[in-house]
Amino acid sequence: MSTATVTRSTLLKDLRMEWRSKDAINSMLFFSLLVVVIFSFAFNPTAEESRLIAGGLIWVAFLFAAVVALNQTWARELRNQVLDAYRISPAPANALFLAKVLGNFLFVVVLEVLMAPLFIVFYQLRSVGPVWQLIVIALLGTWALVVNGTFSAALSIRTRSREIMLPLILFPISIPALLAMVDATTSILTGDSSPGFWMKMLLVYDVVFTAVCLLLFESVLNAE
Amino acid sequence: MKPLSLGFVLFTLALLGFSTYQALFVAPTEQTMGDVQRIFYYHVPSAWVAGVCFLVNFVASIAYILKRSSNVDALAAASAEVGVVFCTIVLITGPIWARPVWGIWWTWDARLTTTLVLWLIYVSYLILRRFAAGSQTHLLAAVLGIFGFVDVPIVYMSIRWFRTQHPSPVMGGGENSGLDPAMLHVFLWNLLAFTCVGIILTASRYRLQRLENELEAEHARLALAGGGR
Repeated sequence: MSTATVTRSTLLKDLRMEWRSKDAINSMLFFSLLVVVIFSFAFNPTAEESRLIAGGLIWVAFLFAAVVALNQTWARELRNQVLDAYRISPAPANALFLAKVLGNFLFVVVLEVLMAPLFIVFYQLRSVGPVWQLIVIALLGTWALVVNGTFSAALSIRTRSREIMLPLILFPISIPALLAMVDATTSILTGDSSPGFWMKMLLVYDVVFTAVCLLLFESVLNAE
Repeated sequence: MKPLSLGFVLFTLALLGFSTYQALFVAPTEQTMGDVQRIFYYHVPSAWVAGVCFLVNFVASIAYILKRSSNVDALAAASAEVGVVFCTIVLITGPIWARPVWGIWWTWDARLTTTLVLWLIYVSYLILRRFAAGSQTHLLAAVLGIFGFVDVPIVYMSIRWFRTQHPSPVMGGGENSGLDPAMLHVFLWNLLAFTCVGIILTASRYRLQRLENELEAEHARLALAGGGR
């Protein structure tokens, strides 16, 4: 079985399950909506202030929301011993990992597309810098969160109280990525400085951690 | 305790006493900062020991992935714990020095922030060790150990983009860097003493971890052999 075949079929299976249940996307959407509303009450920013804090706000909301989906990634494979079956099958381990990452990536991107208008309305956002850069940052940043998040979820699934464990592992590792996303977004929204450095940072982070994850996932899958 | 290790402990205690005396009474007082500068003799050696411990943890984690030896895992666990202890000392002594010299306890400067993130990463490593179940612990911890160490240079690069307030490297820095020879002398004694303390702590923690591993294996064996209690 080639990696591409296994990745495609696992991804399609996950997408189909999500399409029928809409568990992950609904809980993520509602969660980030709550974050938007609560932050708005907590800080009560003017339009000018909100441009300065929006970068941080958006990404913290998406990070927290992504954790909701990430926690479900592997949990459903534990039922009926799907992971054990996968382990004894000749399918490459990384194909499973890639499928899960791509699936989560799609979920979070859909979440971002749906939530972006709400952020713009609630915080009266208007970008001073070029908007296409925001899209590049969103894609790079989402990949950084999702690739590490899927891997951390695979680690935490094997621990006690796994739902608490995931953010505890994921957040410290993700600090540089989060910093890059927030600063790049803020610099585009305010138009004060160029986000070039942060975009390169994110790219490096993505490449390094994707490589490390692919290198180590097989050991994690087969951990006994 | 074996005579050799007992000897090493006594030697380290003597060394620690001597280097503390040197740091507090022999080293010249810094011109502008005054006596508070003497914390440098504890702050920097602690950072050094923490750094070495995390490096040992990284190497041991890779070795565990390759070799799957429980002794290597014990070394990784021991070095991470000792590293976190010394990293905590660094994070406490730093602000004590910064308050009178900079006028603030804390600033989000590159090296301070990197140290804090480093501390967070290894605390999450220790929590994972605590929460993981059974024999999987070793592998999961080793994987996270590699992740954490790979992250550190990225953290440093990203935060360096901000303004840096921490003193630039005193040794091997630019033209104006360099310590007074008397200070360097005292510093090196303290560095040696702290390194010895780090070695002793890591070694005894390593021994304890190995005993724990053996005990766990023995329990498992008894449960299998005796049909369990």
